[in-house]
Amino acid sequence: MAERYSETALDHFQNPRNVGGFDHPDAIGQATNPATGAVMEIHLKVDASRVVEARFSAQGCTATIAAGSMLTEMLSGRSVEDLRITTEEVDDALGGLPPTRRHAARLAADAMSSALRAMGSKLPAG
Amino acid sequence: MDLPIYMDNHATTRVDPRVVKEMVPYFAETYGNAASRTHDFGWTAESAVEDARERVADLLGAVPKEIIFTSGATESSNLAIKGVAQANADRGRHIITQATEHHATLDSCEALRRQGFEITVLPVDSDGLIDLDQLSESCRDDTTLVTVMLANNEVGVVQPFDDIGAICRSRDIVFHTDAAQAIGKIPIDVETAHIDLLSLSGHKFHGPKGVGALYVRNRPRPRMIAQMDGGGHERGLRSGTMNVPGIVGLGSAARFAQDELATEATFLLDLRTNLHNQLRDGIDGLHLNGHIEKRLPGNLNVSFDAVDGEGLLMGLKEIALSSGSACTSASLEPSYVLRAMGRSKVLAQSSIRFGLGRFNTQEEVDYVVPRVAEEVTRLRHISSGTAA
Repeated sequence: MAERYSETALDHFQNPRNVGGFDHPDAIGQATNPATGAVMEIHLKVDASRVVEARFSAQGCTATIAAGSMLTEMLSGRSVEDLRITTEEVDDALGGLPPTRRHAARLAADAMSSALRAMGSKLPAG
Repeated sequence: MDLPIYMDNHATTRVDPRVVKEMVPYFAETYGNAASRTHDFGWTAESAVEDARERVADLLGAVPKEIIFTSGATESSNLAIKGVAQANADRGRHIITQATEHHATLDSCEALRRQGFEITVLPVDSDGLIDLDQLSESCRDDTTLVTVMLANNEVGVVQPFDDIGAICRSRDIVFHTDAAQAIGKIPIDVETAHIDLLSLSGHKFHGPKGVGALYVRNRPRPRMIAQMDGGGHERGLRSGTMNVPGIVGLGSAARFAQDELATEATFLLDLRTNLHNQLRDGIDGLHLNGHIEKRLPGNLNVSFDAVDGEGLLMGLKEIALSSGSACTSASLEPSYVLRAMGRSKVLAQSSIRFGLGRFNTQEEVDYVVPRVAEEVTRLRHISSGTAA
């Protein structure tokens, strides 16, 4: 396969940021890719207005680990009113994944959606 | 020891320098067309082709006129499967194969299914082996062909080919086997195994790419229809100007394989055993895929708990391996071979294939094992969310 990862994606795979979780997270998001069995979990620490810290764990391919790592960077410091993250945003941040690996960006977006649902009532109205 | 290390010898092998040396004169010095019958250029080329034919035949316990040169095992299997099925369609339209075949076989059968043939795909057990009783029970009066590979390309599992041959012979069914992975690695005798047709490729046993052969039994000779029309080369079964340098290389590879098969098999088995033991000692949660003994000496296929195969390979860039992970192919599903053996998606996704060959060393194994252990540990920290 001639598929290539960007330098950014490879860096996040080799040196993933924010691996782990919190003993008492404010929200947990989980997602699974049914085709490959890849799994991702994110933990968020949130104050009144923003994400203080995000951590992840993932079992999956290079792109999955890179996407989890990138997601935590995208979330840190982000306003709680702006937490809907799309597949395209993760993909763009990773410098564009090879087409057959884009499922990893989607897994990260799904994990974030799951965390948002978990946060539910904790989110400020509007 | 040089990096990178090549341990992907089921994908292809390094051409043996001794083989290259024998091939070289046939590019620019002795460049005649083996079918030219009126001058020395042609006669010399023809003579080289016939020498190679004899060497390939010797490796299989066959006679030279039973060897048809092709571009490789994929073409050989297409010719064998479609050629026999179509030529015997008046007798029956039922073919038997098995689930872990190479795509050259599965897709040839699928093409025949679209032409109205009925295909039975036998399952395999958790070791990757077919059930001989199930094969016998699947044979019908209208079965014209059984095609079962000799050794699998992912897990190296060797099917009971002599028993399969005996079953087919007793029922007057043609037996074709894809021996692309087995050739030169384990002894094969087409007579004792009752093999009627056998596909092989040069590049899987230290010969060149783009050349292979189909063994076609002479007595009784299976009825076949050529799949390539043209000048009627190779007894009418494979038209097209012969790839003389490639064929010379194939013959050369066959000779070295025959001369060195026993010592090389022992060497590879020792190396594989060491690799397996060292990995097992160094890494928890390691699962062997495929029968522990009924496999090619150079093959080791293992899965690791909580690790993705593609990620593992990416972390081991200086070592050439392959994986059953979906992320190493265009497919969205992990290895169909491992899935057919009942492995979960997750374990199929985490599989790594080590393909040891003639040029690997114990020093390389000693380098590879701790590197694999290190990368597995790193990935498990990421999957469990624990700090490294």
